[in-house]
Amino acid sequence: MCLAIPARIERVDGHEAEVSMGGITRAISIQLTPGAKLGDYVIVHAGYAINVLDQQEALETLQLFEQMAKLAEEEA
Amino acid sequence: MKFVSEFRDPKAAKGLLASIHRRSRTPARLMEFCGGHTVAICRNGVRQALPDTIDMVSGPGCPVCVTATADLDKAIAMAQIPDVIIATFGDMMRVPGSQTSLERARASGADIRVVYSPLDALAIAQANPDRQVVFLGVGFETTAPAIAASILTADEKEIRNYSVLSLHKLCPPVIRALLEAGDVRLSGLICPGHVSAVIGSRPWAFIASEFGIPCVVTGFELLDVLHGIDRLTAQVEAGEAKVEIAYGRGVKRDGNPAAMRLMEQVFEPAPAEWRGIGTLPESGLRIRSDYQRFDAECLFEIDPGVPHDQTDCICGDILRGTQTPLDCKSFGTACTPETPIGPCMVSSEGSCSAYYLYGDGNHA
Repeated sequence: MCLAIPARIERVDGHEAEVSMGGITRAISIQLTPGAKLGDYVIVHAGYAINVLDQQEALETLQLFEQMAKLAEEEA
Repeated sequence: MKFVSEFRDPKAAKGLLASIHRRSRTPARLMEFCGGHTVAICRNGVRQALPDTIDMVSGPGCPVCVTATADLDKAIAMAQIPDVIIATFGDMMRVPGSQTSLERARASGADIRVVYSPLDALAIAQANPDRQVVFLGVGFETTAPAIAASILTADEKEIRNYSVLSLHKLCPPVIRALLEAGDVRLSGLICPGHVSAVIGSRPWAFIASEFGIPCVVTGFELLDVLHGIDRLTAQVEAGEAKVEIAYGRGVKRDGNPAAMRLMEQVFEPAPAEWRGIGTLPESGLRIRSDYQRFDAECLFEIDPGVPHDQTDCICGDILRGTQTPLDCKSFGTACTPETPIGPCMVSSEGSCSAYYLYGDGNHA
């Protein structure tokens, strides 16, 4: 039920936006994320963006995973 | 950055699993509150890949599953009113009520439409100005802001034939109730990621401070789930209890204040009945009196009668985390996704459905 999918904002018109999710374009509302702008990735749930994804945080998490993968390889 | 495939990388998954195995010494029972996490755990075979010291148990985090039979009966009764169109998320269709389901009511002639978004329900209302469209407001804090926004849009656009039956539930109160009941002893809790995208991580602080249980908020890709379990294991082994965010890209400590404001503008906390758990104070949302004209409960008088639950179904115990689907004698025999007896087998995020579909019950 709380399924929400990352999507990139391709067009903004007031509260309405067009996003691309896995190659499909669909209209959503960005009423709940007033800061969302063109090019941002948002989490979409039930036709509404519920948050803007933080790219910097994502990169830091992936760097951490990379270090952990290296450590596991060294141990193996 | 696509925010999806990067978080499914098998090499990183190995690294995270190695870390969990390296850390884990103490037997630990971890609960994943959210049905979305249950699906991710079952689908990826996470349970089987974890060390024997870690036991995962599913929680009540599936809004369809926790909807009380009485509330479902109310929705089905509303569907019988002439000129009413019920709009609902698809998962609700097959949940058995006392007498029938929305799906069977539709087969008998009721106008019930499955929608992806409350925006679709608004469009149905605009296309049918002489009919009343009732949207079934089922969901947690993730969904309530969207439904609040739809009411504000209806107000702004003067769509007068749109209303909501608010059956929303709030997550922190039910977790408190489970922990206070003490039926299930937990060493750690995976907090719901998309509820937290809206409400932030602060509302979980009491779980760590009052109950001494480590908490991690995480996302729904494989690496998110493993990261969450790794952080919980680290806390368990260090004897700590705090709230961590392992889903930094999607969740901030303060959540999404704009979404919370809209939710609070339209709804106020109210008692709510949870299947298998009972009525809990301040654990649901009702529509504020300012928006009463959009409240289906105020618009329609219905008498759904006295509810009765299926007797050979242990969904209630499964939702409390005291039993697993494998403990149910109907699981996989009388009760399957094709012929569900209880809501945990109907909802795609119900524990029984996830266990059945992804093989934790050896049915894959």
